[in-house]
Parts: sequence; C-alpha cells; structure tokens
Amino acid sequence: MTAALPRHLHPGAWWVWSIGLGVAATRTTNPVLLALVLGVAGYVVAARRSDAPWARAYVAFLKLGAFVLVVRMLLQIAFGQPLPGTVLFRLPEVDPPRWLAGIRLGGAVTAEAVVGQLYAGLRLGTLLACVGAANALASPYRLLRALPGALYEAGVAVTVALAFAPQALVSAHAVREARRLRGRATRGPGSLRGLVVPVLEGALARSVQLAASMDARGYGRRAGPPSRAAAAAMFGGLLTLCVGTYGLLDPSTPPVLGFPAMAAGTALLGYALVRGSRRAARSRYRPDVWRWPEWAVCAAGLVPPVALALVDPAALQPSTNPLVAPAVPLLAVLGVLVALAPAFVAPRPPSTLPRTLRAATA
Amino acid sequence: MIRFEQVTFSYPGVARPVLAGVDLTIPEGELCLVVGRTGSGKSTLLRAVNGLVPHFSGGTLTGRVSVDGRDTRDHPPRELADVVGYVGQDPDAGFVTDTVEDELAYAMENLGLDPATMRRRVEDVLDLLGLADLRQRALQTLSAGQQQRVALGSVLTAHPQVLVLDEPTSALDPPAAEDVLAALHRLVHDLGLTVLLAEHRLERVVQYADRVVVVPGDGTVSAGAPADVLATAPVAPAVVRLGRLAGWTPLPLSVRDARRAAASLRLAPPVPDAPPVPGEVVGSTSRLTARYGDLAAVRDVTLDVRAGEVVALMGRNGAGKTTLLSHLVGLRKPSGGAVTVRGVAPHAVPSRRLARLVGLVPQDPGRLLYADSVAAECRQADREAELPDGTTAAVLASIAPDLPPDRHPSDLSEGQRLALALAVVLGAEPPLVLLDEPTRGLDYAAKTRLVPVLRSLAARGHAVVLSTHDVELAAEVADRTVVLADGEVVADGPTREVVRQSPAFAPQVTKVLGGGWLTVAEVERALA
Repeated sequence: MTAALPRHLHPGAWWVWSIGLGVAATRTTNPVLLALVLGVAGYVVAARRSDAPWARAYVAFLKLGAFVLVVRMLLQIAFGQPLPGTVLFRLPEVDPPRWLAGIRLGGAVTAEAVVGQLYAGLRLGTLLACVGAANALASPYRLLRALPGALYEAGVAVTVALAFAPQALVSAHAVREARRLRGRATRGPGSLRGLVVPVLEGALARSVQLAASMDARGYGRRAGPPSRAAAAAMFGGLLTLCVGTYGLLDPSTPPVLGFPAMAAGTALLGYALVRGSRRAARSRYRPDVWRWPEWAVCAAGLVPPVALALVDPAALQPSTNPLVAPAVPLLAVLGVLVALAPAFVAPRPPSTLPRTLRAATA
Repeated sequence: MIRFEQVTFSYPGVARPVLAGVDLTIPEGELCLVVGRTGSGKSTLLRAVNGLVPHFSGGTLTGRVSVDGRDTRDHPPRELADVVGYVGQDPDAGFVTDTVEDELAYAMENLGLDPATMRRRVEDVLDLLGLADLRQRALQTLSAGQQQRVALGSVLTAHPQVLVLDEPTSALDPPAAEDVLAALHRLVHDLGLTVLLAEHRLERVVQYADRVVVVPGDGTVSAGAPADVLATAPVAPAVVRLGRLAGWTPLPLSVRDARRAAASLRLAPPVPDAPPVPGEVVGSTSRLTARYGDLAAVRDVTLDVRAGEVVALMGRNGAGKTTLLSHLVGLRKPSGGAVTVRGVAPHAVPSRRLARLVGLVPQDPGRLLYADSVAAECRQADREAELPDGTTAAVLASIAPDLPPDRHPSDLSEGQRLALALAVVLGAEPPLVLLDEPTRGLDYAAKTRLVPVLRSLAARGHAVVLSTHDVELAAEVADRTVVLADGEVVADGPTREVVRQSPAFAPQVTKVLGGGWLTVAEVERALA
C-alpha cells in the first residue's frame, strides 16, 4: 500500500481523539495509566504534528501541567489537612490566629498526603497535556472554520479572546524592558503596579485593530434581514432545554417534562442553527474533508474512556492510605494503547516549506 | 471613484475638527499619495474612505464620503469590503487566520464567493505578489516585508476597485519596500486600481504617484501634480532638493530623471571631510553571539564604538540590529562572547545605575513614557536617575523647545514623543546613546530636526548608535556605517565608502551623482 498523500486531518477528529484521552485521564488517579496517557499523547503529537509554530503547544502545556503539579504539592505540604501515616519530615508549625480557625500551617508531612497530592496533580497535568496535544495537532482557528455558520461569529469572538493572552505576554515583556531602561525595578511587588495598565492597554489596542481589520474585510456581512423565526426558535429551544433539565433532575415532575422536553429543545436549537447558518453569507475556502482516517482517529480516541469504564473502579483509584503499589489493569492499558493508532492511520501533515526546498531536503 | 464633499470630522471630546470642509475627488485608476506631518489627519482621511471613520472610531462626520457611488453613511466598512481594500499601519495586528492561504481567502469567505472562484483568485494573488512559496507558512514566521505583501494580498482577493494603504513601507528595509511598491505599481497598471496611499518616505513613492494630496494639519486638504506640490514644499526628498538647487525643470522626481538632468551639472570631485578624530572606546562587543533556540540572531560580532562618532546600523529586517542594540543596553545576556560599556558588562549592572551608563530609545518611543503629562514625565525621569530637579526638562527644551508641558504623552505627535523619550534618556548623560529605528514614524520635518540633535550629541563626546532603514538619514548623520546580514557584520567603515559599494544602502544623491557625494548640503557647498 502506498502512503497517503500529506494533508491536514480534520481538526474535529483531533479534538474528539484528545477529548477522549482527556476523559480517560479524569477517570483515574492510577499513575501508571496516567503516565501511559501522557506517553501516548506525546508519541502521536511527535509523529503527526506539522512544522508550524503552534505545533509546539504540547511542550508548553506539559510545562504548565508540571507547574500546576508542583504548586499543588507545595500548597498541600504547607496548608493541607494532616493525614496520619509515615511522617517524612516536619515543618515548623504556626499557630493560626483565631479568625483563621481550621487552617493549619506547617506541621507533619506524611508520605500518604504527598503521594495522594501527586496522583491528583498528575491527573490534572495529564488533562492539560491532552488539551495541549489537540492544540499542537490542529490550530484552534482550523476548528473554528469547521463550525456551522451560525456559530461562526461566536467562534470569532473566541479567536479575538484567544489572541489576547499572547498579546498581553508580548506587551508585558516590552513594558518590563522599558522599565529596566528607565532604571526602575523590574521585579518585586512594587514593579507590578504600573505594569498592569500599560499591558492591558497594549493588548486591548491590538484587539481593536484586529476587529477593525476584520470589519474592513467584510466580516459580519448579511445576506438578508435577520430571521425572526431563527431567533424565536433559539430562545424557545433554550427555554425548553432548561425545563427538560429540571424535569430530569426532579423526579416529582410529570415525565413529559423530562426526556421529551430535552428532545424538543434540542430539535428547536438545531433548527435555529440551520436557519441561522443559511442567513450568513459566508462560504468556505478549501474546507477540511472527513474521510476514513478521521473516523479511525475518532474511534481510537473513544476506546480509552470506554475501556476504563469497564475496569474495576478500585484499580483506577489506587489507595494512598495505606500506601500500596498501584495495580495495573490489563484491559485499561490495552484500551489506552489503542489511542496510539492515529500515529499510523492519520495522514502526515503537509510541510510548510516551498516545494523546491521540500524536494531538496527529501 | 472616491468623493469627499464638504467633509468635517472631529473625534469625541476634541473641539478642533481633524478634517474641516474637505472637498476631494479622486478619479478611477489614479495612484494618489497622501502626505503630511504625523498627527495631521492622514490616517483619519484614509480610514474615512471605507467608513472605519466614523463607524469604528466614533466621533461626528458631516458632509458626504462616497466610494463608487456608495455613501459611507449608509454602508459600514463590511458592506464596502468588496469595493475598498484597506491595509492598516501594522499588518501583523490585522491578521485573522494563521496561514498565508487562509488569510488570502478570509475576505472572500466573508463575501460568500463560490469555492472555485476563491481557489482561482488565491492562486492569482499568490503569483502577483510572489507569495507562492509561502502559501502554507504560518503568518507569525514571515518577515515584515512578506507580512506586508500578505496583508496587501488579503484585500486584493476581494477584487476591490480602491486600495487604501496606510504607510505600507515605513517598517520595511529598502529592498522589501521596493518589492511592495513594485507590486503596487503593477496593480495600478494591470488592473486599473485606484490607490490612496499615505507615506512619509516620499523618496520611495513619489515617482509612482499621479497626484499628491497634502494634509497640512489644520483640517484642510489640497491636491496637485507631484512636481507642482514638491516645487514649493518646505521639505522634500533629496532628488527634488537637488533639482531645486541646480534649477532643473521639470523637477526630477525619480533618481533616473535626476541622473539624466545631472549630465549638465559640472562639479569638482567632492572634498572628503577630514576623518573624525577617534575618541576612546565607549562600548564594544567581542565575538558576541545571541541565540534564540537554534537560530543565531547575532553571530561572532566584534565591534567598537568610540566617543564622538555616530554609527548607523543597517541591514534587512531580521538581520540582528535590534538584538545587537538590546545587548549593548544590557537587556539580554550574551549567549557567547562579551559586551562591555565603559569596561563593565551592561546586563550585570543594576537597573538604577544602568541609565547613567547607556540609554536606548526603543522602536516605539512611547514605551518609555508612562507619566500623564510631559512635565510629570520629566520630573519622574529626574527622580529615577537621581538627577537635580529640572535636568530632563532643560534637555527637552534644548531638543524640542515648543513641547506643551501639560500635554499627555500619548497625545503628542510621533516626532514629539521621540524628542521626549530622547530627553528622558539623555538626562542621565549616558556616554553611549542607542536609537532603534528612530525615523519609523517620523515625517520629513521631524527628521530634519533630529539630525542636528544627534550631531551635537556626538560633538559633546557621546557615542551614538542608531539602527535604521532610512538611507537618507544615515547619509546625513552617520560617520560610520555597519551593515549586518544574517547576524554577521558584512561591511563596516566610513559611511561614504560603505554606501558607495552597496547600491541598496546608497542615498539618492549618491545614486544621481555617483560615489563620493552623500548629501544635498555637500553639493550646495560645492556649487557655492
């Protein structure tokens, strides 16, 4: 079989795959399984990411995850509730004032508490890594392009918001440099004042420029007058969904307010979306296609959470009190390993290099 | 094609209108150049064409602006997107998508064109602007010149009849600017586009213009043929000044015209100035290397800067000029090699002592300023550098005597902001003064005022290093020119020698009269 031609996999497929992995990660605190999820995500990213700058997101999210893990551990050691068990070391204990009753500072640090925090932190870090994998494999903008027309505008608001954070970082860097040039402190609490306002100003100015540029290029043009039917269906659908949720949660309500109301609400919302999409004048340039590799990637992402659901819950939450070596359920391991499939079935992403260079480096 | 009828516009809360009773008609197929000082209302005029003013800016507009018969009163910018293509000053800030191809398609998607048409137009524009090799690239990884061409392409795909460009070449190095202007020239000739373009670097653009619109800053606007407008303009590109000096008619607008007229000019060979007496070394780098990951922004650069000299740092965008300056001012620690200023490594100097050693005016001088008035800014600078009260204010008075002390720094013009930032830096009397792209947003008048300020700094024994794309400024002010390419020094020597050897960095006078000549003032002396 000849290898498939390079193309971008549909971003939706990558997001389904990584959300599947992420859901699997939230179901367990077993460090072996979590490490396996991290490894699987990392391997697929390494095999199928493009050479664009956002493909580096995985490493950035890994770092963020590690940071969260460390901060959680430190907080637990300093403030956490004491757990009986093997004492590793003792921190000097501070007697909190009476109005802080119930909060402990310092004291004995037990292996049980540390390991418990480690497991919980690892789960959070793995979840972040899954989000990072999705960002590295498919840029958020590509996903927005694939949204139905009626949701597009809300999606673009998200794009502008997403652009805000990197902008703020860039302008924070510039402001710090300027402060050093003027001979002012660049660290410490005093430097924080006078940093926030210029940073926000700079990032906000960029956002306004972006919005002006979008408007000048026809963003938000309408084919016809706004549709009242779509607006009414949207409102009615949301209202019916609320009633349906209430009906499902409160067993004393008549059964018609449960599932039937949910179904009716969903149908109304679907109608509003289709109707609204028809009204937007937008067309799509080279839309991403959905073929069998997309189905395969989605399926591979859904196997891990299903496999974990079938495993004995006790094996997924290894005991930390008393401390025991975590058991490794075979079914869960196999299930997570299935998520490696995209590294082989997904097409390679196209290179961003020009053709001539590509031939030379091949 | 574009009509302004009795247009008056003022921003909210500002009594004086930016545009007052403007009448202007621009016929189809013209390339029209808008000139005027910074803050005179050029951008407002341009943004009024597609309705960004007032729909986006707020403020009140009276009178009528219409494009191709559509009144901007009834048509917000998005409804004009198929007629007017607008590219702002900072193309990077206007990018919506993340790859070149998607960016080119964005406007067409909004217009709802069918996929086959979009595909064809994207290919056309990729070819027209020489972007075909970059089609898959992420926008962030492009150079400034490439980004400017993508921004141009992203509005061209909508097939507008009018193109509005706000300073398309001011951030570009000379070769990249040539590329963008050549592309524009082709559009006007091949597609019959009407182009309205604001630019400070007249010398780059004026030869292509059919008409010049002058925005003096008092709210009025006048238009005329380029030669007529420039014959009486107080400031003009070097070829025009040369033409006025030699009494050539018609006035030459391009180097080529001037060269043909110059055949009649008999000049004795220029007398080179005595080589400047080298002072002591103030700042130096030895085998300096700066890396970002695998990329060496500066590689093995060894350079001495001496007291009393003005050094121009030139080279294309991304050649490492800004990186070199930020090492000299101690913002970054060298990855390899060493940087010393007066014998100490600047990155190890604590912030409060740094200002007395070396000062940098960054590309955007506003970044240095954060007080809420000019006077407060001066007082703040005195306090920070522990100077006697009034020092900075006195420096400012000598550079820019007419600066209103109660004005907010962000309400100053670009030239005034530069003067204020320079005063803040100079108050502490640093022996080494660095300027990063000082002329980026400067009009001719402000640039003319900058030259004597820098010369007098050098005369008082400061060492001055400025990075610039502006070959005319370098010719006027620099004793020595250093050319960087790919982070390495490729030329270093007296400005006269360096520009004689590389045409890309030669000022207009050198191009017209041949090697040896640098500035109009020299020619004037030789003729006298």
